Amino acid sequence: MTSLKLTASVLALAAAATAADARDQLQIAGSSTVLPYATIVAEAFGENADFPTPVVEGGGSGAGRKKMCEGVGENTIDVANSSSRIKQSDIDLCKENGVTDIMEVRFGYDGIVFASDIDGADFALTPADIYNAIGAEVAKDGAMVANTAKNWAEVNASLPAQEIAMFVPGTKHGTREVFDVKVLEEGCKATGAYDIFFAASAGADDDAKKKEAVEKCVTLRTDGVSVDIDGDYTETLARIEANKIAIGVFGLSFSENNTDKLKVATINGVVPTVETISVGDYPVSRPLYFYVKKQHIGVVPGLKEYVEFFVSDEMSGPDGALVEYGLVPDPALAETQAAVAAETVMGPLE
Amino acid sequence: MSSSLFTQDARTTARNAAERRFRACGLAAIVLALAALVWLLISIFSAGAPAFRQAFMTFPVTLDEKALDKEGGRDPAKLSKVTTVSYAKLLALGLKAKAEDLGLETTGMKSKDFAKMISEESAASLRDRVLADPTLIGQTIEFTVLASGRVDGYYKGRVTMKTAVKDKNTSPEQLALADKLRAAGVLDIRFNWGFFTMPDASDKRPEAAGLGIAIVGSFLMMALVLVLSLPIGVAASVYLEEFAPKNRWTDLIEVNISNLAAVPSIVYGILGLSIFINFVGLPQSAPIVGGLVLTLMTLPRIIIPTRAALKAVPPSIRDAALGVGASPLQMVFHHVLPLAMPGILTGMIIGLAQALGESAPLLLIGMVAFVRDFPGGFFDPAAALPVQVYNWTVRGDPGFVERASGAIIVLLIFLLIMNAVAIVLRRRFERRW
Repeated sequence: MTSLKLTASVLALAAAATAADARDQLQIAGSSTVLPYATIVAEAFGENADFPTPVVEGGGSGAGRKKMCEGVGENTIDVANSSSRIKQSDIDLCKENGVTDIMEVRFGYDGIVFASDIDGADFALTPADIYNAIGAEVAKDGAMVANTAKNWAEVNASLPAQEIAMFVPGTKHGTREVFDVKVLEEGCKATGAYDIFFAASAGADDDAKKKEAVEKCVTLRTDGVSVDIDGDYTETLARIEANKIAIGVFGLSFSENNTDKLKVATINGVVPTVETISVGDYPVSRPLYFYVKKQHIGVVPGLKEYVEFFVSDEMSGPDGALVEYGLVPDPALAETQAAVAAETVMGPLE
Repeated sequence: MSSSLFTQDARTTARNAAERRFRACGLAAIVLALAALVWLLISIFSAGAPAFRQAFMTFPVTLDEKALDKEGGRDPAKLSKVTTVSYAKLLALGLKAKAEDLGLETTGMKSKDFAKMISEESAASLRDRVLADPTLIGQTIEFTVLASGRVDGYYKGRVTMKTAVKDKNTSPEQLALADKLRAAGVLDIRFNWGFFTMPDASDKRPEAAGLGIAIVGSFLMMALVLVLSLPIGVAASVYLEEFAPKNRWTDLIEVNISNLAAVPSIVYGILGLSIFINFVGLPQSAPIVGGLVLTLMTLPRIIIPTRAALKAVPPSIRDAALGVGASPLQMVFHHVLPLAMPGILTGMIIGLAQALGESAPLLLIGMVAFVRDFPGGFFDPAAALPVQVYNWTVRGDPGFVERASGAIIVLLIFLLIMNAVAIVLRRRFERRW
């Protein structure tokens, strides 16, 4: 009956664990865009500080924030990585579960780039070109018509005469949100489509009309010219390797680490680099955040030290390890460092 | 219609033709399946084999006292303030000095370029070594470093002189120097034991990523699955097969066990998340939760073959045992169970092999996390082999593609060993009546 005893002891162990507390490793979860940065910081933190290496998980920005808002205590995560700003619904959920003190830390920016196979044609795109290529309806002589463009040259004579094929991130990605706002909406406005949508809208007031117009602007054609990618950038890259004429949407750090395979397109004539994004010349970028459960500072060892290390100059600064990997540094990093040192809790969203 | 045996009539010809068609279809199916298997194995092995070899460089490093311990005194608290950045600089200086000693041409190489040829991981291991033995400070020691992912990739065909021109992480000059260092014996390609012993690494150092924690995590979970599901599964099967009355309830249980065996494994992950983590409060990413979830998943898959093995023991054995005065319990434990053991063990090993390769339920309970510290027990965060494969395939650096395929090979070898053991057990101990 030794196996029975073993079983009993294992069950007893399991029971003992529920009583035991004091987790000594930080637990972090959230955005898969922030994940590589967080792992680089966690690794260096584990090596250099007298704390264990934090455990970092992906899962997506929204899932990470939700997990953080589950409550306070050893069984909830300490930091949520997020590639978009926290939403009021998250803050409400947090409050409901007792998570009242959240620190918002913006540690840098992420550029979103359009890239195609390294041996393909050069592309100099504008948001208007992209909208005219993959928007569901385009403006023609003051009216909206279904998009039938098959060739980039049809969209803009200066573009290469090459079949249109685009891989855009699926709707569950934070990247898609930025793509919608910074590319499609801008392009929609630049081509005049937005005004036509707005005028044609049956909305009750200007706000409703605006909402409807924006919604129509971000609707993509469904005839296979633009393909949603629900996987990661590695999937997009594999698709481009199979379909050499396609253009895919990537994070800057991903394309910087695959410069031997990808050729990056310019937007409005600007090449996306860490410099052009940080001065704001390159239009398609977004801030990256992580949210810290302040109530865990002093409870879970190393939390404050980790946050300070993350925003330190040697990590997020202009010459830091993260920037080397592809992060666009935040010019206002000094303010962030001061806010972290003072453990400033975020105020209500504007 | 002819009636000769030497000429076939129309119906015989048609029947023979039908048989030939069927055989051709069967053969085609086998060829197709084999071709798919061969293609899969070739693609995995060609992509993954390089993960088992790695470029290392060995050269003397001067542990400069000025850089590591300005005030002297070797105060451990002060020594630990010196970060890996300082150690990385010393390594770059060491490599540069070695290259100059050998009289190698290093035009166009800045000290940063030397640093880029060395894995960042090596700075951390040098730091650990110095902190463990501060007397080394001030000496010059022979130190072996991992070459950076790009230099390593150069010898595996992943990086070429052509791609290096456009690559910001390396340069043709670095690769040219690497070639010269190799000719001089400083750089060599060896079997990569680190792939089995080192923990996962961040996106900046694919060359240092290993399966250590994943192997430990998978081993812990398998141990738990074995310890829990063998007694529970066998006890349940014995009861159902030998003692339980045959009525509507046992029929219902039987149907349910068969159904549970077919439930998609992700369902067990959701169950594990809501019961073991949210309700019981067990820690995230811990092998205890993974083991429990996999036990739940494996149980029905063990009960079914165990019951089949018990059923295969002829009733005459039971009758004989009872006939000479054994109690039903003695009959089961002295006669039926030993005879059914080979079948039970085979089912157990195959169930374990399935659990070892399972990733879906583990994704939900946090086993997909980035873990660098080896788990001290069942409650510490760990990774698992199949999840590590998933984890590496989504990384940005191309070096991880090779690692992921290497991890698949390791997983396949483990599965192969387990299945081979199951076959050997069956061959050696199985009895037929």
